[in-house]
Amino acid sequence: MLIETKAMGSVEIVEKQIIHVAQGFYGFEDYSGFALIDAPQKPFILIQCIEKKDLAFLAIDPFLFRTDYEIDIEDSVLSSLGIDSAADVVVLALVTVPTDGGPVTANLQGPLVINRKNNEAFQAILTDPRWRTKHDIVAESAARKASQC
Amino acid sequence: MLILSRKINEKIMIGDEISVTIIEIRGDQVKIGVEAPKSVKVFRQEVFEAIQNENRAAATSQLNLEGLSGIVLS
Repeated sequence: MLIETKAMGSVEIVEKQIIHVAQGFYGFEDYSGFALIDAPQKPFILIQCIEKKDLAFLAIDPFLFRTDYEIDIEDSVLSSLGIDSAADVVVLALVTVPTDGGPVTANLQGPLVINRKNNEAFQAILTDPRWRTKHDIVAESAARKASQC
Repeated sequence: MLILSRKINEKIMIGDEISVTIIEIRGDQVKIGVEAPKSVKVFRQEVFEAIQNENRAAATSQLNLEGLSGIVLS
């Protein structure tokens, strides 16, 4: 099916790219249908609302730039999403690209948790103080690399 | 808004399943215990607001994707 996107014009997507965020993203609770589209600029992913063209997020696999990232979510919450194995889980961090040219950041405190088997998803809120709403992707990726050398 | 006063170790019930206990009062800080079913999300208000605000910032991001080409993860 063809959908209109905020950033990439019309894009052909298939059913398995569509996720259902039953409770929506915080602040955008009215929208639950989103398509995951690989941006031409890897490794970024566009999370495009299929109900509203103007609502889209960029996201990134948080483990790509923070190998120490971890999320701890109640089993009961996971099972409500139909997740019974860690292998079912895909985690994405929403990315903010400031309009003033400041550093591109990822939100590691409110990750999107997706059950890859049924594409049900929810936005978690983590209580671990290590994970904040703004992590400088480039700086932390570089710092990580340096610390491993 | 319901306004009431409670002493240490006293509770308030919200519906049948949620209880809030005053555990300790020290100066201008109050330690509170919240018992609620797992399905009820309990957060400090500022945490909740921070996530909402960041979502709004993310949604109004500069989606000029070409600009991202310069971002290289080491």
